[in-house]
Amino acid sequence: MSMKNYVVETIRKAQMVQLLAAGKRLDERALDQPRELKVETGVIPKANGSARVTLGNTEVIAGVKVATGIPFPDTPDKGILMVNGEILPMSSPYAEAGPPSPEAIELARVVDRGVRESKMIALEDLSLIPGKTVISVFCDFNVMNVDGNLFDAVSYAVVAALKTAKMKKFKVKDDKVEVTEEVVPVPVKKTPVSVTFARIGERLVVDPSAEEEASMDMRITITTEDGGNVCATQKGEASTITPTQVLEAADIAIRVGKDIRARILEATK
Amino acid sequence: MAKGETKLIDEKGNRRDGRKWDQLRPIKLQVGLVKNADGSAYIEWGKNKIMAAVYGPKEVHPKHQVLADRALLRCRYHMAPFSVDERKNPAPSRREIEISKVMREALEPAVVVGDYPRTAIEVWVEVLQSDGGSRVAGITAASLALADAGINMRDLVVGCSCGMINGQVVADLDDTEDKEGDGDMPVAILPNLGLVSLLQVDGVYSREKFQKAFELAIQKGKEVYGMQREALNARFFGGEAKVTQVEEVAE
Repeated sequence: MSMKNYVVETIRKAQMVQLLAAGKRLDERALDQPRELKVETGVIPKANGSARVTLGNTEVIAGVKVATGIPFPDTPDKGILMVNGEILPMSSPYAEAGPPSPEAIELARVVDRGVRESKMIALEDLSLIPGKTVISVFCDFNVMNVDGNLFDAVSYAVVAALKTAKMKKFKVKDDKVEVTEEVVPVPVKKTPVSVTFARIGERLVVDPSAEEEASMDMRITITTEDGGNVCATQKGEASTITPTQVLEAADIAIRVGKDIRARILEATK
Repeated sequence: MAKGETKLIDEKGNRRDGRKWDQLRPIKLQVGLVKNADGSAYIEWGKNKIMAAVYGPKEVHPKHQVLADRALLRCRYHMAPFSVDERKNPAPSRREIEISKVMREALEPAVVVGDYPRTAIEVWVEVLQSDGGSRVAGITAASLALADAGINMRDLVVGCSCGMINGQVVADLDDTEDKEGDGDMPVAILPNLGLVSLLQVDGVYSREKFQKAFELAIQKGKEVYGMQREALNARFFGGEAKVTQVEEVAE
């Protein structure tokens, strides 16, 4: 989805930049303050786990499906994790049906990286018959409404859906996989939290709205895990960032991520 | 063996190929090998073998993609089916599509796109053999190809990847270190302007190690920048392209 035709009036953009110079934003948030986050879980009972997240007016639904699958040749004794999704054509006048755009692919891969690299899912616990059968965990997301910062909204929805996912226990008998009636949680160890910044003028703002995204020249997403360690980062847009600003963003992401993690933990208890 | 368990660096601080923690693999750069292209560059970085070629500024097709005030920079990172151990399907994977995008975003800040309105500048990066760090090697070659094509630029772009193996920050991970290590951090910089144009991170880093790896990548990138300059010198003024060497480890 390309937002390049999204119009922000010149006068509004000028006001935005002027306010930012004084450390203020159009919607009166502090520069490091995300919009209101709502996390609802179990919204799709047919899924193994699901969540509906709203971040301001951005809305995302994520659902987890568990199945058995063939392991990748280089990780024969590990389960499979896949994060994928679609920016639905209904979600914005700028979204289109059809094959995923590079932007949508980047979105899914950055969210996947945060989940994977934080070692959120204990993939080693998802092996059934090494080299032959493992458990696959698919987490798919649907972006329902776009109002900026899809990276964080999708990430929170995916994490909340995975954290609440339950599956039927598999057991191996005579080299065959059988499904039991016992229900167990998907083995989750961590709660990765991404924090995305937009740079407008010289200032970094957390959780950019659609009009802020339309005015930014650089985007950076930093994902941290429970220990406050950085586990994924992605700089975006055709622009540069100074090394000092990268480290500044990392410090803010660790601090803000902690508060958001508490919200997600509360909602997925 | 599982990720993080393979011994990649010994007690003496030697890596599997004999490098110390902060050493680069051997790098060879050559400019101007693709005869038809407006500019081209070839890089060998460890076992990576990558060719980059630039066409343009040229007419934009399809025309609806024209940008009235600047050039459209197109970039494709592609891996040859024979570039890796198991044959790679030649169709662009999701990984290649993402890398093409971040590569374009890493190169574009250095290109004075405003000097070429209503044109396209195409950057083709073909990985003939892949060995870890291919995106930063590709960017390093692509920026030389852009310079070779005579495109106006603010700076060269040079990349270097750092990361962690066995919990330790190291420079320039090779394929095994990337796959079995703890994390990879590709960084591209505009060395004279002191700006970062590509930053991706995977693996778990404490705040200190994040900074250490990031700053090491910038420092190593500047080292590679020296080789880029020499390669351009060799192309236009007949100098010698420098090849870095890694000392052999004593058995």
